[in-house]
Amino acid sequence: MLKTFGTFILFLRGMVTRTESFRVLWNRTMEEAMLIGVDSIVIVSIVSAFIGAVTCVQIAYNLTNPLIPQSTIGYMVREMTILELAPTITSIVLAGKVGSSIAGGLGTMRITEQVSALEVMGINSTSYLVLPRIIAALLMFPLLVIVAMMLSILGGYLAGTLTGVMTSQAYIEGIRTDFIPYNIVFALIKAVVFAFLVSGISAFKGYYTTGGALEVGAASTGAVTNSIIAILLADFALAALLL
Amino acid sequence: MIEVSNIEKSFDGTAVLKGISCVFETGKCNLLLGGSGTGKSVLLQCIVGLMKPDIGSITFDGTIYTNSKVDIRQEIRRKIGMLFQGSALFDSMTVAENVEFPLQMLTPEMTPEERRERVAFCLKRVGLENAGNKMPAEISGGMKKRVGIARAIAPQCTYLFCDEPNSGLDPATSIKIDQLIYEITHEYDITTVIVTHDMNSVIEIGEHIIFLHQGKKLWDGTKEEILNATVPELRDFIFSSSLVRAAKRIDEETEGGMAAFAEEGDAGAGI
Repeated sequence: MLKTFGTFILFLRGMVTRTESFRVLWNRTMEEAMLIGVDSIVIVSIVSAFIGAVTCVQIAYNLTNPLIPQSTIGYMVREMTILELAPTITSIVLAGKVGSSIAGGLGTMRITEQVSALEVMGINSTSYLVLPRIIAALLMFPLLVIVAMMLSILGGYLAGTLTGVMTSQAYIEGIRTDFIPYNIVFALIKAVVFAFLVSGISAFKGYYTTGGALEVGAASTGAVTNSIIAILLADFALAALLL
Repeated sequence: MIEVSNIEKSFDGTAVLKGISCVFETGKCNLLLGGSGTGKSVLLQCIVGLMKPDIGSITFDGTIYTNSKVDIRQEIRRKIGMLFQGSALFDSMTVAENVEFPLQMLTPEMTPEERRERVAFCLKRVGLENAGNKMPAEISGGMKKRVGIARAIAPQCTYLFCDEPNSGLDPATSIKIDQLIYEITHEYDITTVIVTHDMNSVIEIGEHIIFLHQGKKLWDGTKEEILNATVPELRDFIFSSSLVRAAKRIDEETEGGMAAFAEEGDAGAGI
């Protein structure tokens, strides 16, 4: 465990020493940003909209006391979405989609000697292959989380009004009540930390794949599992430290 | 010229290379010959820097490569071209982009037009001038090897390393690849090191052969000398093929026909 952690630290250090030129790094980062960010918008949108909708309906189902105003439902949807559901669930979804893609891609490159080909050319393979992925994830995760926040709150609105559990006016009043801007900052800090964990762990698992196709599959699975565990641990740590 | 001095390498206590010393000469096809598991590929990976030897040193034209500073290693690596066993082409790039890649990374001073010209030249040199837009998944194994060679020579390498260039190829394609490597070695006067266990390659292009057995260098010489070598392990290796055994029998019956067989195999003679 300690040895693996040490190797991970050396892996990260190798990534930032002898980096390729800024032009190469920029081009590679933009390519990865397209794969990590743009290609994930659909799944993130679907998941976040439905989570917002279900959250709204379930809160309404539980809040049956006539003394509690309907706007509380909107307030709770907003708080849950911003503080927890949008950053954490989005990151878990991305751990599945992006993490497996990073680990699988790097693992395949490793076993087919493409990584060795880069090294023989004198190119720092971690800097060329891993650093752009991590930077792209750091840029894209917060943007996707912002999209997820908006769509989740919108999903809650549509579910609440279309099913008739609450009025449009009450929901809007709820999501505007006692808004704390720091919560958005907190959510974005979480997104950045989760982005680093998902991309770093997945790249590490993929980069050190040995063997054949079976091991590439195992590396992808390991990357997703470890990323999700790391997200949940970091989620707790950040909540304890920053709230 | 590459000089390998007393290289040793172990994995989990198992010695794979046991004090290998040899010289790979410039302008020649140097073959690392031996059976499976004798340490040929490990030695090659130690030479190109993909593995670090436990003991010993490797010198490229007088510059020590092992344990030298990163800048020196980088400088030498940029003179190295390598053809991998599985070709190691980048899946996400076309054939032309694969060949252009080292130029983009290693020679930023080249203009896009100069790079395109160099790519076209290299692809033409390996006979793939019409395959530039194809993806690696769309071409045959032999073509992949050719693209690998084109990518290796694109930045005008000084040292060319080939890890089993004939693996998975039919005999006719293998000979074409051997001939291509031979031609390129002599055309650009580069130091070529080829890992192989294929006797056809030995007969075709073996200008300098180093025989490894159980991690040790047991013999080195030319293709003309190898057939008369007296090292038992080498003779067992060479004559494990019924074809070579039959050729040897004819040699003994015709008194020297085997040497003529080796001379006929000279790839340079057929060009």
